Amino acid sequence: MIPELGSFSLILALCLSIILGTLPLVGASRNNALWMNLSRPLSAGIFVFLGIGVAILAYAFLTDDFSVKFVAEHSNTLLPDRYKFTAVWGGHEGSFLLWTFMMSGWMLAVAAYSKTMPMDFVARVLGVLGILCTAYILFMLATSNPFARIVPLPPADGADLNSALQDFAFIIHPPTLYMGYVGFSVVFAFAIAALLSGRMDAAWARWCRPWANIAWAILTIGIALGSWWAYYELGWGGYWAWDPVENPPLITWLFGTALIHSLAVTEKRGVFKSWTILLAILAFAGSLLGTFITRSGLLTSVHAFAADPTRGVFILGILGLAVGGSLMLYALRAPLLKTGFGFDLLSRELLLLTNNVILVVAAASIFLGTLFPMVYQAITDDLISIGPPYFNTIFNPLMVLLVLALGIGPLSRWKKTSFSYLLAQLGKVAIASLLIGVVLPLIVILEFSWVATLAVSLASWISLAMLKDLRNKTANKPTLLKGLRSLSLSYYGMQAAHFGCALMLIGVALSSAFSSEKSVLLAPGESVDLDNYIFAFNGTQRIEGPNYIGEEAEISVTRDGRAVEILTPEKRVYLATGAPSTEMSIDSGLFRDLFVTLGEERGDGAWSMSIYVKPFIRWVWLGSIFMAFGGCIAAGDKRYRRLRKKSEELEEAKVEAQLQPSS
Amino acid sequence: MKPHRRKTLGIIIFIAIGLSATVGLIFFALGQNINMFYTPTQVAEGEVETGQSFRIGGMVKEGSVAGEDDSLRIEFVTTDYVSDVPIHYEGILPDLFREGQGIVAEGSMDLAGVFQADRVLAKHDENFMSPEVKAALDAAGATSENHAELSGN
Repeated sequence: MIPELGSFSLILALCLSIILGTLPLVGASRNNALWMNLSRPLSAGIFVFLGIGVAILAYAFLTDDFSVKFVAEHSNTLLPDRYKFTAVWGGHEGSFLLWTFMMSGWMLAVAAYSKTMPMDFVARVLGVLGILCTAYILFMLATSNPFARIVPLPPADGADLNSALQDFAFIIHPPTLYMGYVGFSVVFAFAIAALLSGRMDAAWARWCRPWANIAWAILTIGIALGSWWAYYELGWGGYWAWDPVENPPLITWLFGTALIHSLAVTEKRGVFKSWTILLAILAFAGSLLGTFITRSGLLTSVHAFAADPTRGVFILGILGLAVGGSLMLYALRAPLLKTGFGFDLLSRELLLLTNNVILVVAAASIFLGTLFPMVYQAITDDLISIGPPYFNTIFNPLMVLLVLALGIGPLSRWKKTSFSYLLAQLGKVAIASLLIGVVLPLIVILEFSWVATLAVSLASWISLAMLKDLRNKTANKPTLLKGLRSLSLSYYGMQAAHFGCALMLIGVALSSAFSSEKSVLLAPGESVDLDNYIFAFNGTQRIEGPNYIGEEAEISVTRDGRAVEILTPEKRVYLATGAPSTEMSIDSGLFRDLFVTLGEERGDGAWSMSIYVKPFIRWVWLGSIFMAFGGCIAAGDKRYRRLRKKSEELEEAKVEAQLQPSS
Repeated sequence: MKPHRRKTLGIIIFIAIGLSATVGLIFFALGQNINMFYTPTQVAEGEVETGQSFRIGGMVKEGSVAGEDDSLRIEFVTTDYVSDVPIHYEGILPDLFREGQGIVAEGSMDLAGVFQADRVLAKHDENFMSPEVKAALDAAGATSENHAELSGN
C-alpha cells in the first residue's frame, strides 16, 4: 500500500507542475496578479509531494520491501542501512526521482529568496521550471516509475547494490552532482524568463548571478567528488579518464564558468546580453545531455544505467523540445537586444570575451570527442573510441591560454586599458613568475622539467598577479586591514576561485608528470622500492564485513629507514552477487599520495599488486574546494540582497548613462 | 574605415583566427587518436596491420587463461565463437575479468599474431554486456541461446 502512495504523490506533484507550468506564465503576460501569485505556493507543493515520494522510496528500502521492483534490483537484506538509504539513487528510476526532487528544492529556494525581484519575473522563472518539472515527472511515470511492483511473486531477497557503489562517496557524490546540474535549470529559467519578458538588463544579471554562482560552485564540488571517488575506488591511479559520462558535467561546468564571467560583464557594463542568455541555454543543454547519455543505454560505464530504448527516446524528446524551443525563442527575441561593443580592443571586456571563447571552444571540443564515436557508429556501424590523448592535446593548450588571460583580467580596466599600463602592472610579475618556475623545480627535484617549469610559472603568474591587484586596491587606504575590509565579498570570491585554479593546475600537471607506478608480484616478506619508498608485504589475513568476505593485505611503507604508514588494501567478494571488488589503501599527504591496490593471489601467499606514488594529487581537489568556496562567498555579496525599489532604478540609470556615449 | 567598424573587424578577426587554430587542432588530435574496434573474426581475416593500435572485444575463452607464478604476465584467448585471438598482457586484470565473460582490450598485433594488450577492460556490472562485445558476437552470428547464456539473463 505504501509504495502506491508514492506513485500517488508523484501524480499530485505532476498535477501541481502542470498548473505551475501554465497559469503563472499566462498570468505574467496578462498581468493577472492572482495567477502569478500562485507560483510560490505551487512550487512549495511540488517540493513537498516529491519529498514524500523520496521518503516513501527510502522507507521501502529500509524495510526491505522487495515487492517494489526498484528495491529488489538495488538492495539486499544484508546491505548496511546507510547504503539501503542511499540505494534510493543507486539506479535509474530512483536517481531520476532524486534529480527531480533536487529541482523542486531549487524551485522552493527561488520562491523563498526572490523578494527583490518583480512578481511577473518570479512567476515566469517558476513557470518555466514548472514546465521542466512536468516533463520530468511525466517521464518518470511513463517509463521509469520507481514504485513499480513485481507482481505476483516478489523475490525473497534483493539482487544487491552494485558493489562499486557501496562506498562513502556514493552517499554524497550523486546528490551534489545533481544539485549542481539542476541548478543550471534555474539559470536557464532566468534566461527564458528574460527572453519572454524582454527584460535583460543589469538588474536581471544581478538577480541571476548569485544563482549561477551557487549552481556552479555545487557542480564544481560534485565533479570533484566524482573524480576523488574514481581515484580511490576504481584503483587505476587516475582521477579523470575523459570517459563519455564524465564529460557532460565538465561541458556543463565549462559553459557555466563562461556564464558566470559573462554575467559579470552584463551586470557591470550592460553588454554581452544575448551571449549570456545563449550560455545559460547551453549550460542547461549540457546538463540534459549528461542525463541523456547516462540514461539512454548508449554507453557502458559505471555510470550507465541498464538500457531501455524508450527512455532514450523520451529524454531525447525533452532535450530536443527544451533546447530547440529555447533556441527558437532566443532567435526570435535576442536580436531585439541592442548592444554596441562600447569597449576598446584592449579592455577587461575583451579579456573576459577571450575567457568565454576559450571555455566555449574547450567545451565544444569535448562535446565533439564525446559524441563523435556515437555519431560515427550510427552512420557507419563501425565502433570506434577516442582516447584521452585527444582531449589532452586540445584541453591543455587551451587552459594555458586561459590562465595567461586570467592573470591579466583582474588587473585590467573596463572599457579601455592601455598596453603600457598593463606592462607596468604585470611586467615584473611575469618575470618573477618565470624565475620561480625555472628555479623552484630545480631546487626541489634537481633536474629541469618542462612540465614543472610551465606549471609553476603559470601558478605563480595567477598568484602574484592576484597579490599585485590586492596591493593596488589597498594601497590608498590608511592601513592594510582597512583596505582589505573595504573590498567586497564578490571580489574575494573571485580571487579565491582564481587561486583555486592555480592550485588545481599544479595538482594536475605535477601529478601527471611525476607519478610513479609499479605492478609487482610479492610473496610475504618481500619488498619493493619505488621513489625512495620501500613497500614491504607482510602477508594477508581474512576479513569479514556485514555483506562481504575477503582478504586484507598488510604493507608497511618506510622511507630512509623511518616508518611512514601501514597500508591495508583489501580484496572483497560480495555475498549476494559474488562480485569481487578491490579496495585500495591510500596514505594521503599534501605533497604526495602513496597507494596500493591488490590484484590476485598467485599461490604460496604471493599477491600481484600495483603500487603508486602520486605527488601533489591532493591539490586537484584542494583547488576545486577553493573554486567552490569562491563561488559561494561571491554569491553572498551584499549588493544582491539590496532592496529592489531603491537600487534597481538607480543602477539602470547608471548603466544607461554609461552606454550612451559609447554606442 | 570608421573606428567602431575597425573595432568590430578586429574582434571578428581575433575570433576567426582563434577558432580556425582550434578547429585545426581538434581535427589533428581527432585523426591521431581514433581507435578502431575489431572483432576476433576481423582480426583473423587479416583486416588489421601489425603494429596498428586498436581495440578488440570478445569473450574470454573457457580454459584459456594461463599465468606464470613468478611474474604478472598473463595469456588468454578471446573469441567470438568463430575465430580466436591470443592476447598477452602484463599487469593486473580488472575485478570482473573471468573466463566466459566479455572483455575489451586495447593494444596491437605483434609479428607472431599475438595481441599485445596495454589495457584490459571488463564490464562493470554482471547484468550488462558491453555493446562492443555484443556487436562482436552479433557480427560472428553467435546463436541466440548461447547469447542469452552469455549475457547472464
